[in-house]
Amino acid sequence: MKSYKTKRAVGNILGYILLILISIIWLFPFVGLVLQSFRSYATEYGGMVDYLVPKAFSLDNYKFLFDTSQTNYLLWYKNTIVIALFVSLFQTLMQLCVSYALSRMRFTGRTFLMRFWLILGMFPGFLTMICLYFLLKQFGLTQAGAIPGLILVSVASSGMGYYVCKGYFDTIPKALDEAAMIDGATRARIFFTMVIPMSKPIIIYTALVAFMAPWCDYVFASYVAFGHDTSYNVAVGMTRWVWTNDYQGYFTRFCAGGVLVAIPVTLLFMFLQKYYVEGVTGGAVKG
Amino acid sequence: MAQGAANKKKNAVSTFFEALGKGFKEIGVTFTEGDFKTKLSFIILGLGPILRGQILIGVTLLLCEVLFIYFMTGFGWQYLSKLSTLGTVATKKVGRKTVYGDNSFLILLFGVLCIFAILAFIAIWYINVKENRKEELRLREGKKLPTNGEVFHSLFDKNFHKTLLAIPVTGIFVFTVLPIVFMILVAFTNYDKNHQSPTNLFTWVGLENFKNLVSFTGAGIGPTFLQVLAWTLVWALFATFTNYFLGMAVAMLINKKGIKFKKLWRTILVLTIAVPQFVSLLYVMKMFANDGLINGYLIKWGIIDSYIPFWTDPMLARITIIVVNIWIGIPYMMLIATGLLMNIPEDLYESARIDGANPWQMFRSITLPYMLFVTGPFLLTQFTGNLNNFNVIYLLTQGKPQSVNLAEKAGNTDLLITWLYKMTVNDTNYRMAAVIGIMVFIVTAVISLVVYNMLPSVKDEEGFQ
Repeated sequence: MKSYKTKRAVGNILGYILLILISIIWLFPFVGLVLQSFRSYATEYGGMVDYLVPKAFSLDNYKFLFDTSQTNYLLWYKNTIVIALFVSLFQTLMQLCVSYALSRMRFTGRTFLMRFWLILGMFPGFLTMICLYFLLKQFGLTQAGAIPGLILVSVASSGMGYYVCKGYFDTIPKALDEAAMIDGATRARIFFTMVIPMSKPIIIYTALVAFMAPWCDYVFASYVAFGHDTSYNVAVGMTRWVWTNDYQGYFTRFCAGGVLVAIPVTLLFMFLQKYYVEGVTGGAVKG
Repeated sequence: MAQGAANKKKNAVSTFFEALGKGFKEIGVTFTEGDFKTKLSFIILGLGPILRGQILIGVTLLLCEVLFIYFMTGFGWQYLSKLSTLGTVATKKVGRKTVYGDNSFLILLFGVLCIFAILAFIAIWYINVKENRKEELRLREGKKLPTNGEVFHSLFDKNFHKTLLAIPVTGIFVFTVLPIVFMILVAFTNYDKNHQSPTNLFTWVGLENFKNLVSFTGAGIGPTFLQVLAWTLVWALFATFTNYFLGMAVAMLINKKGIKFKKLWRTILVLTIAVPQFVSLLYVMKMFANDGLINGYLIKWGIIDSYIPFWTDPMLARITIIVVNIWIGIPYMMLIATGLLMNIPEDLYESARIDGANPWQMFRSITLPYMLFVTGPFLLTQFTGNLNNFNVIYLLTQGKPQSVNLAEKAGNTDLLITWLYKMTVNDTNYRMAAVIGIMVFIVTAVISLVVYNMLPSVKDEEGFQ
């Protein structure tokens, strides 16, 4: 009995050591990011250095970000928030509509539509980049109009990502719908007053995922806003700092900007984590 | 088995033709048996319904026809008529003024749109014929037609799916289907930096681009394509399975009895999902740079003499990418595995323990089969997702290090998808980008189809229940 206990204690200690190691590895880049962002620009410049803890702490880099005469960072930040909010709202609406129709109603062409979208999804997204660019250009939604253009493109095709949401709807018993229909409720009424209120977790999940995606959108955003500094989002603007301006000392500024981007998004995510876990787990099991 | 599949295929083809034949027969019957209202509707869409009082349906159909004719005559025809050549009048400079000729890009794009419009019109015309037939039969049986109010109301009840799907389907058509068809067609043209519209024309070249892709002599990019494809597959395989097993291991470690602060450990790991990837990955990229933090400390501590070329040595860059991807991917898998592992009934482990099984045996014969069964489809989507995992590769290496042995500026860590991106953005080599895009589709589709049919959860849905 005693040996079993000691064995278990050793196992636990090993487990803790492993977990602490993992935590250090996982946190290291973030700690580094925060520390570098406070490095004094005046005395140590903003380039890359081979030490982690700055010799002098200062807010130089943050001051730079808020100085509108030197950088458009605040504008990029605003652009990203605008894109994220609109995309989140409309994408959720689209996916709810598609999911309800595909989960609850049976009509000719339903399976065809689902298969067709599945096949469409196998084409790489970037393939159509040039075509989308010129399509948007026809409507004046590039460069200066890149923000609405990006929202339009993200929202327009979002109906194809209905899987997780439909999977959730499938678990709501159909008997509820039938009962409501016997009472004379229309499909639309069932959708708005019954299914939507019952789907709070999946709505939050969909909105959260849709909200977070634009913060990382570099590829298409940089293509559509090409050369038009005021239409950048944070990902485009700051990625350019890292790739082209490193020698001018933009590295610590990138760190500071990254911290400012990461804080609200991370807080939001942590706050809604429960719903996220529910969504990804459900989505993974149903495939 | 093979014969069965062949039979099935034959059946699918024959049912298609049967349906087609039936459709034509119905059109014929509708015309011969129909009254003058129906007959006129064959030319003027929706006339029958309007005359029978079905204003809402009739006007909608008529509106479609008017719009179609307006679109084709006012806009579409000038592009459609040039689709076979993609334009012949080149842009010229007359004195100091530029006289614009045909724009091949717009001809191709709007030409495709016209073809879709024609197909849609045929479909609407057929719906119109069927609607007439339905109304006539109903009236002949002495039944009443639904009122306009009822038709409108049905859009929120029986036909609610039409209302719900109208916008999503249109959006997907304009921003996904149309561009994809357009790009597939570009693969059969010579649209590249020497043939940029509107200054220059481009034209159809048949299968030349595909020949270039599989040509291994001279300027052919066959060898490069094979190498990039191989690395793409290797990467996807490693990225998927390292994350899968390590993520599961971490989840089991945290789930282990006796480990405290479970929530804390999970929260720490989940940070990599929460922080936007362009921030974390770009920072990690700089960390591993030749003059970065890691090399700096290793040199300072005297462990190495000169920097380790994490990103500049081809083999090392590939390994580093996979390792960094583990950092990105474990938390995601951990979240999924945590929930699933709790679903495994505890008494299974209990009885295994009584039978004297050690932890490894329990993992092999209880946990792993269950997890593989449940997450089969997820693994497949992860794999195809990794085939197209642009962010990790592009933010870390941009496909570098470059190699002189590779054509079209492909780098040693380029996936097909990043290569495609570079061709599009840096080289404006649209024709080859389109070919690569089609190849990515083929690879994804073939793997999905083959693996999907092998999955235990698809073959045997009831297992583990």
